[in-house]
Amino acid sequence: MPSHPTNFTQDQLDWLPWLPPLPAEDLTPRHWDGLVDPARAKSAYFMLLARDPDILGARTRTDKDIFYNPNAGLPRAERELAAAATSRLNGCIYCASVHARFASHFSKRSADVDQLLAEGVEVDLDPRWNAVVAASVALTETPTGFGVADIAALRTVGLDDLAIADAIHGAAFFNWANRLMLSLGEPG
Amino acid sequence: MSHPDVIDLLVGIAPGSHLDRLRAQRVQARDNAQASYLALFHPAEPVDISLLERYAVAVFVAGLHRQPAVTAFYRAGLAAQPSLRLMLDAEIARGATAGPYGHYPAGPLSAEDKDGPTFTAITDVGPRLAAALGHSHMLVFHPRDASADALRKLEAAAWSATGIVTLSQLVAFLSFQIRVIIGLRALAEAS
Repeated sequence: MPSHPTNFTQDQLDWLPWLPPLPAEDLTPRHWDGLVDPARAKSAYFMLLARDPDILGARTRTDKDIFYNPNAGLPRAERELAAAATSRLNGCIYCASVHARFASHFSKRSADVDQLLAEGVEVDLDPRWNAVVAASVALTETPTGFGVADIAALRTVGLDDLAIADAIHGAAFFNWANRLMLSLGEPG
Repeated sequence: MSHPDVIDLLVGIAPGSHLDRLRAQRVQARDNAQASYLALFHPAEPVDISLLERYAVAVFVAGLHRQPAVTAFYRAGLAAQPSLRLMLDAEIARGATAGPYGHYPAGPLSAEDKDGPTFTAITDVGPRLAAALGHSHMLVFHPRDASADALRKLEAAAWSATGIVTLSQLVAFLSFQIRVIIGLRALAEAS
């Protein structure tokens, strides 16, 4: 029996589906289009989502532009910070592990990322990271308290409006991703 | 039939405005957020989950987020279902709470476990939709309580594996779309 992680970590985790992924022999051109990247046919998560290929493809293309578009806006490290903070608050151990690693990789601030995972979203890092985490938290809570005060706080620490829009999209997207990963399987 | 961009519509983003120009710098995200909406609400074939079920879940999810404009937008998809609309309004009122809460696997995170209500629909929406509303409430407010057993409950209410995947995408996508709308609305207001 696989052991399931009981704490937040930057370690590489596996993810085990609770429903049968689509069998590889059932993949049609529409499914390959939904997978976007053919290597994802090796992933149980993406093969489970491939049961509805149209929404999977649109989800993946949304994700890629929010996190990988290199043109201006929020630095990649802080887009990943928004993803990790959102995952920490919602309680997605798997998502947090992936995006904590990415935040560490791009920021070279692995100790700060570890502190976020250990202490949670109330952690005190530095003013700029605190503001990105606080905005992610406000937008993740249901119902949300996010508003103009969060925008002002992000501007105070130096984010321009495109960077603020990136932070909003990063946190919002992980409210999508967390709910898929939490509800369709578990880390192993 | 062409469909207006839902996020632009519900934020109130006019062509050529500051927010329009910001969104234009992330055109793939903008187009695919809309493509996601279309895939879920204007699917090629609504197999495994009917259009009515999709709109009913959307009204419930938007209502739980206390977003009147988003709720009204999806409620328009139930124009021919006045009694269902009334039942959903009652379920939204009963389901109101604040999240995220929920439980972690037993261990060091157990200290962070937060109790909160679980939701069971009581109006006569039928067993399939009742199961979907219960599951949706969990995904909105306490997604870390999700479990294999929760999926078995959906299966017992005649949900297929593919239908469960689409239902999860539906609630998860709306959790995204609603937050983009809230965030961009605040950004527009602060501009």
